[in-house]
Amino acid sequence: MKQNSMIHGLVLGAFCLGFGSLLALTNDATKNDVAARALEDKQNSLAQVLPDDIHDNSLVADPITMTNQQGREITVFRARKAGKITGVAYEVYGSGYSGEIRVMLGVDATGQVLGVRVLAHKETPGLGDKIEVKKGDWILRFTGLSFENLPLERWKVKKDGGVFDQFAGATITPRGVVTAVRGGMEFFAANKGKLTEAD
Amino acid sequence: MSNDFKTLAKDGLWNRNGVFSMMLGLCPSMAMTTSATNGFGMGMATLVVIIATSFLVSLFRKVITQEVRIAIFVVISAVMVTVVDMAMNAWLHELYKVLGLFIPLIVVNCLPMARMESFSSKQPLLPSVIDGLFTGLGFTFALTLMGAVREVIGSGTLFADASLLLGPAFKVIEMRLLPEDMGVLIMILPPGAFLVLGLLIVAKRLIDQRSERRAQQASAVPSLA
Repeated sequence: MKQNSMIHGLVLGAFCLGFGSLLALTNDATKNDVAARALEDKQNSLAQVLPDDIHDNSLVADPITMTNQQGREITVFRARKAGKITGVAYEVYGSGYSGEIRVMLGVDATGQVLGVRVLAHKETPGLGDKIEVKKGDWILRFTGLSFENLPLERWKVKKDGGVFDQFAGATITPRGVVTAVRGGMEFFAANKGKLTEAD
Repeated sequence: MSNDFKTLAKDGLWNRNGVFSMMLGLCPSMAMTTSATNGFGMGMATLVVIIATSFLVSLFRKVITQEVRIAIFVVISAVMVTVVDMAMNAWLHELYKVLGLFIPLIVVNCLPMARMESFSSKQPLLPSVIDGLFTGLGFTFALTLMGAVREVIGSGTLFADASLLLGPAFKVIEMRLLPEDMGVLIMILPPGAFLVLGLLIVAKRLIDQRSERRAQQASAVPSLA
């Protein structure tokens, strides 16, 4: 009996070892490609909020880390032309109908929105997911806005007295995104010096 | 032998369809069938994993001892799911962006487990792989059907965004059947999944009963004559 359980243990151990090694080998083989793809994705999402013609540097080259109003660490990517910072992009976070919505916000050096894109969300398909650029052009509404051409208290959905459309059957999702972007703009206004000053 | 494969095919696709008959793998079937495209994607990802796990278990069936088999099955499915996940992320990245979401969910699917336990741990390689193939196809069929029903009633479209998953050539199968905002929202929310699954199971049973009755009649007629 004791002999038997030894054998079972050995068999199980051998399988764990074998498949564990397979896992390690696959990880090794795919590691570089996975990292390269992740970087490409990051560049692509940055390219959507920081247009090509305002920068001549690599956007992912020299990010800085800052702390936002909620005390969360965010990575700020900087677009430069001839060394001067022409725009910045960073993530802002909104609370949606089901969980957090991660949004990438691009702002130029004067505080005007260059673009907003949703990176990840768990909103209801067919209702809240119209915030994705793939499924609707609602998110493009932000482009070109600033606190100068739209006062702070108007950065709300129409239901709350602002200028942004809500969706039929879904108000919480667009409200979450608008609030997140407004927060991101306030962050820019409060840290304009540090954000736009070339180091 | 070919007769055996026919039985395997019929079993996997219909008679003991993973979702509609054995009611296994319900977590991904409920969660991922908000559209036909999503259901299809989840089904295909599961198909790959079932074939791989069935193949491996059948390959090692002589060394896997009865007492530790479940633990070994768990190791094998967890590793295969992770390997598929990493490989797709690295080399099929466009597809991964659409399907990536589904892949980790396969770990919680009992269907590969059930096939390993009841079939591939006792059968040679070829039948095991064939069984895995048809079980996976049956699962894909069930999920696509559930997704289609929910999508048509819930959002009024069919195969929306299929071109994102299958490539631009499939733009033609994206259809809008009801005007926008006509959809019944509950169908794409979780309760809709339960409703649709229940009704589809009823439909399957009705079809089975009818064909059974027909078979009885068919066998009864010649004996009367």
